[in-house]
Amino acid sequence: MLGGIIGPVGLVLLAVVLPALAAGVLRGLVRTSLLLTLPIAISALLVNLFFFPGGQQVLLRLGPITATAEGLEFALEILVRIMAISGAITLFYLTTRPQDLVVDLERRGVSARVAFVANASVQTVPAMVERAQQIAAAQRARGLDTEGSFLRRVRGIVPIVGPVILGSIGEVEERTLALEARGFTRPGSRTLLWWPPDSSSQRIARWGLILALVAIIGARVAGRLG
Amino acid sequence: MLILEGCSYRYAGAARPSLRDVSLTLRDGEVLGVVGKSEAGKSTLCLVASGLAPRTLGGTLSGRVLIDGADTAGRAMHEMATEVAIGFQNPGTQLSGVATTVYEEVAFGPMNLGISREEVLRRTEASIDALAIRALTQRDPQRISGGQQQLVAIAGLLALAPRHLILDEPTAQLDPAGTRLVSDAIERLAAAGASILVVEQKVDLLAGICHRVLAVDEGRVTLEGAAAAVLGDPTLHALGVAEPSTVRLRRLGSEAGLSGQAIEGALALATSQSSRVNDA
Ligand SMILES: Nc1ncnc2c1ncn2[C@@H]1O[C@H](COP(=O)(O)OP(=O)(O)OP(=O)(O)O)[C@@H](O)[C@H]1O
Ligand SMILES: [Mg+2]
Repeated sequence: MLGGIIGPVGLVLLAVVLPALAAGVLRGLVRTSLLLTLPIAISALLVNLFFFPGGQQVLLRLGPITATAEGLEFALEILVRIMAISGAITLFYLTTRPQDLVVDLERRGVSARVAFVANASVQTVPAMVERAQQIAAAQRARGLDTEGSFLRRVRGIVPIVGPVILGSIGEVEERTLALEARGFTRPGSRTLLWWPPDSSSQRIARWGLILALVAIIGARVAGRLG
Repeated sequence: MLILEGCSYRYAGAARPSLRDVSLTLRDGEVLGVVGKSEAGKSTLCLVASGLAPRTLGGTLSGRVLIDGADTAGRAMHEMATEVAIGFQNPGTQLSGVATTVYEEVAFGPMNLGISREEVLRRTEASIDALAIRALTQRDPQRISGGQQQLVAIAGLLALAPRHLILDEPTAQLDPAGTRLVSDAIERLAAAGASILVVEQKVDLLAGICHRVLAVDEGRVTLEGAAAAVLGDPTLHALGVAEPSTVRLRRLGSEAGLSGQAIEGALALATSQSSRVNDA
């Protein structure tokens, strides 16, 4: 009965848990991916357990609804898939600095402009949050209500959003001028000062993962995996 | 050498030109100061001289901008950037926004030029030393003070190794020590043969470093000449530009009926003391 989940569980252990352990981020990984996936995991579990179409083997009857073994099997399958996906994404997030990713992409030929946009967004979000806090503090100092009842707070947001967005747009022109004056629009590749080291073991691991992916797809197509 | 020939410029959507028939010559190794009251057109002059107006800004320019005798009309902005570097009034918006450290921020310009890694590093190191920001190199450029950002921005311009440098109020946020670092860097760059146009409210700074000074009013050049002559011109005071302190002291002294000799003696004493304070 558990044939469909042994593969994915093995994959989660091998590709998510072991590397997280090696990187020393297992605790953070479990916490973050649980937070991310708990709501969707619970609803997937309940829906499939009780409402799996065509379930025959009844495990439990609660009034009009029944939990079936087929439903449970399918629900578990979905759960490990969710774990695999969220675990992989969280692992990436916990072990990779966004700037490292961007620099490496640029080194591999992604255009400097695309890299710039990615990089600037990563850097701008915290700056905008900080700015919003400053403006909120300034507006509060002038007597604006950003605490209290929900409606009052919503009304309080309006004078904050304006300056945050307008401030950012007004700065865009000056930033564009400064970037162009520093030669950013020159065609051709830029000189990179550093990039994340790429050891041969990392390269082997990457190729191994790609080969494993191809092998799994092949096995699946050939009908050897669930 | 950078030459403006009869330049008039109108911003996109503006009713009137902000620069009217301006001609100037910026020679190699020369520091040219620009003064004028608020809204006079100083920043506009900088934008036109750097090529950003109209290339990036739009608007309409008439007249010619020449570099080493060649008209720049057909050149793209990235080609202008290798000839002319420009710094703006607001240091915050001059930062690239993508550098995580001050070091990378200073290196950003030369990295764009496609020169060798060794050359980028050499220029970055030299610029960091020129503005004495070694202690900041590993800091986040978004999280240093406005004055520190101004020094970092100027270091980033020096790292472009420009033959022409335009600075729009480069010391607006700087304390006396920071101002001194900038003026020293300007003088060194000019001594190495670069030509520099600097807009400043601090007329004492201009009096110290400029060979010549222009006064701008309502988009026109109204005075032009040797720094001491222009900065000492009484009409400049009427334009709303502060006098250098020496000029002011001479004027106040003679208004108070002091003899010329007494005034000069007091001035000599004052300047020797203030330079000792600065050196300390
Ligand atoms: N982007 C723009 N669009 C339209 N008009 C502009 C723009 N920027 C400046 N101006 C106008 O051009 C004129 C000259 O402005 P400029 O910024 O060059 O003055 P400034 O001498 O640098 O003043 P300040 O000392 O305040 O920096 C002003 O009348 C101003 O209103
Ligand atoms: Mg200005």
